[in-house]
Amino acid sequence: MPEGPAEGPAGAARAKAPKKTAKRDGKPAKVVKKTGAKGARKSPKGGKKMAPPAKRPAAKPKRGAPEAPAAKPAPVPPEAVAKPDDAERFDFVRGESYAPAPESTDHISLQDSYGLFIGGEWVKSRKRFQTTNPATEEVLAEVGEAGKGDVHRAVTAARDAFEGGWGDMPGRERGKYLFRLARLLQERAREFAVIESMDGGKPIRESRDIDLPLAAAHFFYYAGWADKLEYAFPGRDAYPLGVAGQIIPWNFPLLMAAWKLAPALACGNTVVLKPAETTPLTALKLAELVAEAEFPPGVVNIVTGAGETGQALVEHPDVDKIAFTGSTAVGKMIQKSLAGTEKRYTLELGGKAANIIFDDAPIDQAVEGIVNGIFFNQGHVCCAGSRLLVQESIADTIIRKLKARMETLVVGDPLDKNTDVGAINSREQLDRIRKLVKSGEKEGACLWQSGQDLPGKGFWFKPTIFTACAQSHRVVQEEIFGPVLAIQTFRTPEEAVEKANNTPYGLSGGVWTDKGSKIFEVSKGMRAGVMWANTFNKFDPASPFGGYKESGIGREGGLHGLMPYLDLE
Amino acid sequence: MSRITVSKTYKLYIGGKFPRTESGRYYKLKGRSGKLLADVSRGSRKDLREAVVAARKALPGWANATAYLRGQILYRVAEMLEGRASQFVDELVAQGSTSAAARKEVTAAVDLWVHYAGWSDKFQAVFSSVNPVASPHFNFSRPEETGVVGAIAPESSGLLGLSSVLAPIMVGGNSAVVLASRKRPLCAITLAEVLNSSDVPGGVVNLLTGFADELLPHMAGHMDVNSILLCSEDAKACKAARELASENVKRVVLRDDAPLEEDPYEILAFQEIKTTWHPVGV
Repeated sequence: MPEGPAEGPAGAARAKAPKKTAKRDGKPAKVVKKTGAKGARKSPKGGKKMAPPAKRPAAKPKRGAPEAPAAKPAPVPPEAVAKPDDAERFDFVRGESYAPAPESTDHISLQDSYGLFIGGEWVKSRKRFQTTNPATEEVLAEVGEAGKGDVHRAVTAARDAFEGGWGDMPGRERGKYLFRLARLLQERAREFAVIESMDGGKPIRESRDIDLPLAAAHFFYYAGWADKLEYAFPGRDAYPLGVAGQIIPWNFPLLMAAWKLAPALACGNTVVLKPAETTPLTALKLAELVAEAEFPPGVVNIVTGAGETGQALVEHPDVDKIAFTGSTAVGKMIQKSLAGTEKRYTLELGGKAANIIFDDAPIDQAVEGIVNGIFFNQGHVCCAGSRLLVQESIADTIIRKLKARMETLVVGDPLDKNTDVGAINSREQLDRIRKLVKSGEKEGACLWQSGQDLPGKGFWFKPTIFTACAQSHRVVQEEIFGPVLAIQTFRTPEEAVEKANNTPYGLSGGVWTDKGSKIFEVSKGMRAGVMWANTFNKFDPASPFGGYKESGIGREGGLHGLMPYLDLE
Repeated sequence: MSRITVSKTYKLYIGGKFPRTESGRYYKLKGRSGKLLADVSRGSRKDLREAVVAARKALPGWANATAYLRGQILYRVAEMLEGRASQFVDELVAQGSTSAAARKEVTAAVDLWVHYAGWSDKFQAVFSSVNPVASPHFNFSRPEETGVVGAIAPESSGLLGLSSVLAPIMVGGNSAVVLASRKRPLCAITLAEVLNSSDVPGGVVNLLTGFADELLPHMAGHMDVNSILLCSEDAKACKAARELASENVKRVVLRDDAPLEEDPYEILAFQEIKTTWHPVGV
């Protein structure tokens, strides 16, 4: 089937090209789906594709605030969500209107154009590109595209700064710069959160409550390490490495910058950081704070650009260490290109985390955990719980409740404080999600999507689940990096662990049970770097994070996160 | 008439057994006087792959053995080695060492196994952390075995070099596939006999003899090997191996062609840190 916008399971293109009544395997789908729960009760694995709802007038999004989707019901008490009958009271598809609660954007300061931040100064680059709001497709600003020469200038500035005092500075003083940065970020958290949501598409609730506080906490945490490194690694003296080249992804733009910068700087390294091309703004704003905190020039350099800029940084001979967070494919390329060098590297790559639900789990809490695991940040999370492994005896119940819960998710304007699922980060990512979802259908997994209406403009994808998945299906094996959950069942803990471990990845995993001993046993069996028990997608600066197997090398966060930035002698 | 000595056939060590190479190939190892020491098995790609299968199979049992048991077994290796010291000295001398150097190497190897035996239930405490997260969770990070480790042992040191590679890999719960020194392979197979009689489960250690330039690319590119240790100063071969290692994001540990130092950080080099968030509440 050609990849026409009208055929994607995503409702994203619906406003442009209404599709015909959806058909699947020759069975006519329901024209109007009233509730997810009802369908679910009849056939939990039925995989009904949502039929298009009755058309509403085409959305006309305003700048920074696309029309609010029509899915916000009156607040639903959690126990009501748990009962499928209660879920039927609300018709989320047809749309009960609710009052939008958009975060205002009038208080943010955003320039039309940004240069590169090199040696403490803003430098113009020859090439430039635009960064857009994925929820509205409007241009937010123009930024520089750093070429080889720019990268060289940045690395040289970083080297000069390293040798010019930062590397030898007493840890106590270095730490104070980082404390300053943490404070400045806290003070301007709201502004940064709004920009983060505009540039990346993530719900303001998440950028406000998670990205920003965690980013500040990371600087605060590692600031305190700067003068205590001699206690971190017994029997060893710790020395900085020199210049660190850091390449970060678009899913948590500012938070990933903090994860990279904070430990590197605390350990006495200087940095050249490259933000992702679709989300450069908060890193550039962070450069403003670096200047305000009066860091010595060249300690932090920010070069924007795409893959070529990153490659120039990786290949620059005067870089001592590469830290990369991104896809496994690119991570492998980086590892390969560093093969002949003495550069150190850490890689935080993809994942395909299994969220394992046992029959003795707190069911409603687990359903919330599943939702948080896969729909948090539109599923643009390397450690997302993108596979659900549910014990057979409770599978029907879990899937029924999950569908009911999914119908209540608010999908739409990232700046609306009610929004649960925001915009897909870019058109490229949306295409990739669609492609993989299509492969899931082709391979025989059963697709089901919640019935929210999606804004007309921007990039969107409906919360999606696949049931009846085989271990070999691409939707089970490959990272989709979108709001798509593959569901499998199991009978015994051993089977759960075996299925969970049966992908090339090993970043994270979840286990839900009331039994503490089972948590330890299952966690131990999982080949994954982070295990969440009765919770998911929790992060903390004190908690080391990183993958086994093809999910990466090295740890970020906590004491172990210092190691990749130190020479231990 | 003086007694005719019975000389040993040196074979491979895979899955707790001593097979000849499936390829039937060999290379001649000669002593200083030109006397034939052995027709050494020239291990093949298929031998390597079988060794990886054996290592993978043995891994869960070894990784989940108690730290105390692993320590007991490593100490047992030291005991067995001590008891057969003169045999190792003879082999080292035959392969070119002076007898003083050979005796020194054997005692150093025995002491190294004792040293690492003691780490078995201690390195976890040194490298673990309990992390004070800002939520009601008991959050801790601890090291776990990386998995199957492939290693090119130091060429320059037949026994101590090999021991210094094996002990830190084994004590951390990994299983290993190791290519022995090409010019000093005899102690490797004799060490395998020591391991075999020390309750090291079959498959935890697999020893191959043969040519690094032939086997290293297959080891580095093998998708079921989690980590490789290269005690080699051949920059070109190491680069090629590291490129192949990227295909499944292997952890690559580079060391000189010399025995590794006794160091708990060498254990850590073959560990993954796992962080667990355990709920707290009533």
